Amino acid sequence: MIEEKRIGVFICRCGNNIGDVVDVPYLVDEIKSIPEVVYTEENYYTCSEEGLNSIKNMIYEKNLNRVIVAACTPRTHEWLFQKVCEEAGLNKYLFEFVNIREQCSWIHSTEKEKATEKAKNLIKMGISKAKLLKPLKDIRSEIYPSALIIGCGIAGITAALNLANQGIQVHIVEKENICGGLLTEINKLYQTSLPASNFLDEKIKNLIKNRNINIHLKSQVKDVSGYIGNFEVLIQNEKKIKTIKAGVIIVATGALELKPYGLYKYKEIDGVITQLELEKMLKYNSFKAESVVVINCVGARNEVRGYCGRICCITSLKNSIIIKEMNPDTEVYILYRDIMAYGRELENYYKKARKIGINFIKYSPDNLPEISLNEETIDVYVLNEITGKGINLQVDYVILTTPLIPADDNTELSKKLKVPLTNDGFYLEAHQKLRPVEFANEGIYLCGTARYPSNITETVLQAYAAASKASIPVKKGYVETSGNIAYCDEELCSGCGNCFFVCPFEAISIKKDAENKTKPEIIGIKCRCCGLCVSVCPDGAMQQNSFSDKQILSMIKTMDE
Amino acid sequence: MEKKDFEPQILVFACNWCSYAGADLAGISRLQMPVNFRLIRVMCSGRVKPELVVKALTSGVDGVLILGCHPGECHYLNGNYYTRRRGIILKSLLEYMGIESSRFKIGWVSASEGYKFSEIVKEFVKEIKDIGPLNL
Repeated sequence: MIEEKRIGVFICRCGNNIGDVVDVPYLVDEIKSIPEVVYTEENYYTCSEEGLNSIKNMIYEKNLNRVIVAACTPRTHEWLFQKVCEEAGLNKYLFEFVNIREQCSWIHSTEKEKATEKAKNLIKMGISKAKLLKPLKDIRSEIYPSALIIGCGIAGITAALNLANQGIQVHIVEKENICGGLLTEINKLYQTSLPASNFLDEKIKNLIKNRNINIHLKSQVKDVSGYIGNFEVLIQNEKKIKTIKAGVIIVATGALELKPYGLYKYKEIDGVITQLELEKMLKYNSFKAESVVVINCVGARNEVRGYCGRICCITSLKNSIIIKEMNPDTEVYILYRDIMAYGRELENYYKKARKIGINFIKYSPDNLPEISLNEETIDVYVLNEITGKGINLQVDYVILTTPLIPADDNTELSKKLKVPLTNDGFYLEAHQKLRPVEFANEGIYLCGTARYPSNITETVLQAYAAASKASIPVKKGYVETSGNIAYCDEELCSGCGNCFFVCPFEAISIKKDAENKTKPEIIGIKCRCCGLCVSVCPDGAMQQNSFSDKQILSMIKTMDE
Repeated sequence: MEKKDFEPQILVFACNWCSYAGADLAGISRLQMPVNFRLIRVMCSGRVKPELVVKALTSGVDGVLILGCHPGECHYLNGNYYTRRRGIILKSLLEYMGIESSRFKIGWVSASEGYKFSEIVKEFVKEIKDIGPLNL
């Protein structure tokens, strides 16, 4: 049975925004006479209480089964009108939005007649599409109430504790045989100057004590399948492979310190060490020196590695202050390109370093400091960029401040998780401002230095953010996605598999039908409605519910009416 | 018809995430544009099947413009790369059909590029005016 279309059109004046340019009463008159349009009205503001109530009342009174609002942009108001339709018992996918403000009255404000004709045409295009709309249901899927965290550094630990304290089952996968990550190698934390181990040990104690947390040490992620709510992760340790079911995944794999082979005679001269190696010596009290040179920006902000290590400057300040405070007679020189001491606390930290007598010498990337071995000491020659004079220093240690670099297995793991990396090799979140600490793929989150070098404070903050985001779907118990997904008309489908290959979200799998023919199967919850599969289907079998070929063609055909 | 009186019919496809938002921004900025174009929103520029472009050009439209996110910034990871690759082939198909390939164009407009949206549309309308009506 062909459904009788009963279309209601609501044209908004948007105060003067539309009404001053477009002749709205004329539009109402013109639209009224279109077949199947049973009701048309103009509103001063359709989005006002009055306008919304009018839509609801008319759905009841005129028994409308399609509603069109010609007003502003769907990007801001579509959800509102859809909600109103639902409240009046009309499926929200039977609503169509026509933009006659941003894309008509505002951009043609000097050509009123032409703008009015264009608005009329745009509404007609909307009507032709609306006739072909189908009622749809949003897709709901259950969430398996557990989280998997990859990496047991401070980021992973913080996120795990946060989730576990909310009553969520947590699995942590760690490739090393201890918890704590990079922080286990660090001596003291800056600003507080408290030993890192004080802070870390307490966290680890809580971690082990917590009954909701399972730690899988010496284990690695072998394979990831599934989607938000239903991930299946294979993890492998020395002996066996286990399958873990998880609703959400947090990537907290951390980063590594760059070992600067080939730079400043690292590993060629004994006293040339990195900051992390210095931290270890300081931690076990095996560091003694009368004079020290610290070189910053080693292997960073150059052609190979374009980024700034972000926390290196502060690390160099921290360790220089510690050395100076251990023995005020020790000469400390920091050779720097720029000092990045952001924020109030760190600026004070930098001032403190200057105050206690640490020497700062600026070098230029065109004239890098030179290192050579003297009998007892190491000779450092540096050209002071500010004074233009060369300086010779004889020191016991040269400490190289190197940036954090992406972990070796980022590429491999990112492929398994199907999440992107930046050009530098760190993980790339969906959007820095709109969707930080989560990936474009739903249900996978990110925190800590796996994202980008960050200090402990920032890492902990990110871990809380990721945990709180990850806990939303788990606590809710289900996820809902738009019903506007792709579907396949199996009668038309020739089983070529194009759709399967192009889907960026692996939302299409291949199945065999009753006659053993290859057909696509759409996993609704994974579909993000892009419509790529529709565009590559040679049979026209793949379609998208609210953007079907028929709908778009009907709009094109109405264009010159 | 004299070329200078010719008012072309232009169809613009814009992806929901970048270019449609860019078009909205052009509106919010009150950038004035010729009335000749109609905009159809799609979720991704990669959704636009070549057939849709051909059907538009063979049913009275004088020019088709597809706008999407900048390469590398696709909301759907790689949809616009398909748009780009397909566009090259489509252009040669149009020539084969006897339609000037310059009647079809692809552009990248981000959500913050309202000005760029208006410039691309203005320029395209002008280009199609210069080519003249599509008489098949």
